[in-house]
Amino acid sequence: MHNFLPHTEAERQVMLQTIGVNNIDDLFSDIPASLRENIAYQVLPAKGLSEAELQGELFHWAQMNQGPRMACFLGGGAYSRFIPMAVNTIASRSEFYTAYTPYQPEIAQGTLQVTYEFQTMICELTGMHVANASVYDGASAVTEAALMALRATKRNRVLIANTVHPDYRQVLKTYFYGLGDEELVEFNPEASEEILNPEAEGAKRVACVIIQVPNYLGGLEATEPVRAFCEKTGALFIVSADPVSLGMLKAPGSYGADIVVGDIQPLGNNLSFGGPYGGYIATLSKYTRQLPGRLVGKTVDKHGTQCYTLTLQTREQHIRREKATSNICTNQALNILKATVYLSLIGPVGLKQLANISLQRAHHLASRLKKLPGITQYIPGQPFFFEFALRFPTPVQPLLAHLEQQQILGGINLERFYPEAKNCLLITCTETTAPQDIDRYALAVEQYLRSTCPQLFNQPPGALQQQLEATC
Amino acid sequence: MKSNVLEPSIFEMSRPGASGLTLPAVDVEERPLESLIPPEMLRDNLARLPEVAQMDTVRHFLRLSQLNHCIDKEFYPLGSCTMKYNPKVCDYYGMLDGLTRLHPMTPDHLSQGALKIIYTLQQYLADITGFDAVSLQPAAGAQGELVGIMMVKAHFEHLKQPQRTEVIVPDSAHGTNPASAAMCGFKVVEIKSTSGGLIDLERLKAALSEKTAAVMLTNPSTVGLFEKDILEITRLVHEAGGLLYYDGANLNAVLGQAKPALMGFDVMHINTHKTFATPHGGGGPGCGPVAVNKTLMPYLPVPFVDYNGTEYFLSEDRPLSIGKVKAFYGNFEMMARALTYIKAYGAEGLAQVSKDAVLNANYLKARLKDDYQVAFDQVCKHEFILTNAKQKQYDSHLNTMAIVKRLMDFGYHPPTVYFPLIVPEAMMFEPTETESKETLDQFVEAMKTIAEECRTQPEKVLNAPYTTPVSKVDEVAAARNPDLNYFHH
Repeated sequence: MHNFLPHTEAERQVMLQTIGVNNIDDLFSDIPASLRENIAYQVLPAKGLSEAELQGELFHWAQMNQGPRMACFLGGGAYSRFIPMAVNTIASRSEFYTAYTPYQPEIAQGTLQVTYEFQTMICELTGMHVANASVYDGASAVTEAALMALRATKRNRVLIANTVHPDYRQVLKTYFYGLGDEELVEFNPEASEEILNPEAEGAKRVACVIIQVPNYLGGLEATEPVRAFCEKTGALFIVSADPVSLGMLKAPGSYGADIVVGDIQPLGNNLSFGGPYGGYIATLSKYTRQLPGRLVGKTVDKHGTQCYTLTLQTREQHIRREKATSNICTNQALNILKATVYLSLIGPVGLKQLANISLQRAHHLASRLKKLPGITQYIPGQPFFFEFALRFPTPVQPLLAHLEQQQILGGINLERFYPEAKNCLLITCTETTAPQDIDRYALAVEQYLRSTCPQLFNQPPGALQQQLEATC
Repeated sequence: MKSNVLEPSIFEMSRPGASGLTLPAVDVEERPLESLIPPEMLRDNLARLPEVAQMDTVRHFLRLSQLNHCIDKEFYPLGSCTMKYNPKVCDYYGMLDGLTRLHPMTPDHLSQGALKIIYTLQQYLADITGFDAVSLQPAAGAQGELVGIMMVKAHFEHLKQPQRTEVIVPDSAHGTNPASAAMCGFKVVEIKSTSGGLIDLERLKAALSEKTAAVMLTNPSTVGLFEKDILEITRLVHEAGGLLYYDGANLNAVLGQAKPALMGFDVMHINTHKTFATPHGGGGPGCGPVAVNKTLMPYLPVPFVDYNGTEYFLSEDRPLSIGKVKAFYGNFEMMARALTYIKAYGAEGLAQVSKDAVLNANYLKARLKDDYQVAFDQVCKHEFILTNAKQKQYDSHLNTMAIVKRLMDFGYHPPTVYFPLIVPEAMMFEPTETESKETLDQFVEAMKTIAEECRTQPEKVLNAPYTTPVSKVDEVAAARNPDLNYFHH
């Protein structure tokens, strides 16, 4: 009847006889008749499709997405980075792809050793002692880190910079809704003297302070005030960090972080409209037993052969049930495989080089755009990495539409997440951002401004700022 | 030492200066790094990532792959995990740039194909389960559970019934059930199952009260039996003012046979990597859609995908929503694969999936019941439990773990063991619908051989496995002295 179902009708009959029933319905007689009779479908087609038709459907859906055919300047936690073919070659091996969670170590050493190597690589990048075998994504990593800090400190207040990825903050807020009287406070890292005052009301109740480096706007915030606050109050210092940037930037462990988290999508994982990605979560040895999820440890078999196994499972839900460190179970094994192969291929020199290509191209585009009248950096003077936020002299939605006509996805409208960021775009460059597309971007913006705000180009530079609001 | 290592770690293979990739040039005017980034933020030393040539890297990971068991190679009768064949047509996804390279912040009008996939799957899953609305956002079944229970919490807050602080779970439940309820601040009340492995109606009645927020059930239950009193159970819970959560782990048994919503459930999660054959990947990625009836619809996560007759669009229009649980919109690739799978079968095919899954489980049980003790000797659904009761009389060390480890020498992955907790020494078998009679018959022969060995040469079983890449692993040493990092232990 169907090519994924192997039985012939004759075989089914033989099997029914062995079982000792007359027909298949006898195996479902324990289901109340009223349920079995009400199984009509409204939208699900009755008949299945052939493989030829299924391929055609998938191809058609893919064609309907015009975005991937355009030059992509979108980032914001998901990055268009090239994926070495060797990553896909390995990740599509059935031995990895169609295996289950490695509960039986004797026949799962492949997955287990990969995970151990992943844990080590994440520790190297972050400057931490121990990393787990992943959580769902960057958002769940931030959330689980905050929950870890609440458990470890037995305090009830979490501070998070408003420059952490908006989705990460929203997910954290959702999980906080599930908790009891814990308090979640967002702060502006550009005006944090008050909230990061160790003598302030409630400072001793703070379980952790969470920042992102580089932050959602691509900027590099000062980390020292957070570290100093945490040192004085005993709060844990949590840093969310893009893993590619860690090829060049200091490991957060070296500037005082207690937990480092992030998303491994940029390391060999498809954009795939937002998932699956993978969260990493790394910490100091003293917090190992607070970690959620799977951990792989090295051990030996009974003949002394070195091998690997899931370990410290007494933290986990299948053993501790409602007292577990988290409900997390299956998560992102295949994604961390991709990240591990990717990091092995690119190596430490390559990762730093990749970061440099991205940031040089970003600075090149930023400086070209800033030369145009009326375009300024959203947070003036803040150093940035390979993403940057600019304020434009005109509303950005029509500007983005103009860029789309030139086959350019021009950036993320920041006003969606920050109401005060009027006319602001978040723009991203990576090694896949072609230099000629950077030229096209800058020219298209200039062309747009010349046609919509010609007066900008006739002003002496000094007089411009005061007149912007009125003229555009 | 090399003889005692299956495959050296990638870090041991590292040689300074080696590299597996060539990168493009900067290709724009290059500025001094120190003029762009504050020097105190730059790394002093390179991270100790491996430096390995490309072919050596590929060989390392390919050799590691050979140490894994996988469903594409051999039978994987892992109860409760639904290790079915992952149809290769779904892998066509990976060849389509229009899907793999789609950035999640792409405007709606440029991502219509992706939005259509999400919308269609929302509709199909609602149809299959009988519910009114679906969110595809949860990243895995466990997160789906959390979302479901969080919606229950929001619902009772909205109704101003804050006294409903308890979630009831049977002692046969998956560990994620109580863990998810606890993460939402609920008190977990565990009720003992009947000796037949089902819900004990009297104990349920006794546990229900004005404090009950929800009861979480798996149906067929985790022992592989359909709760024959399900309509009475859901009536009792609703009468007490509580809601019912359906753990969709065992949905594979009832496709086209019964809709969870019509059993009386209010909310459920689905594991696409079980029922809809998205690959397990060695432990993820999953995808845990949540389906709800009208009572809980207002609380579903945002954003969701809607359709106005001409265009698909992301909507946040659910003022009572619990919010977002995942960055962006969920594990989109798994959605596309699950939709392809559902379209491959259609409604009639999906009904046959469950019929064959149940047929295979009952066939396997019938063939093994003379050699092994069957925990519940009646018609099962998609899985069943055996125990070591017959084997341990030959040697008291012949526990379940010993028996199943021996299976590895025959090329099979062991069944799930020691779960559910209510059956001592449980071995749970779930053959799934994609295994042929021939495969099942060969497996039966292996199980019979092991039963014979238990009788005649128990040491042979107790010292197994013999043919696996490593023999019995010292898990106690691993936990006592954790070595979790190549450079720091």
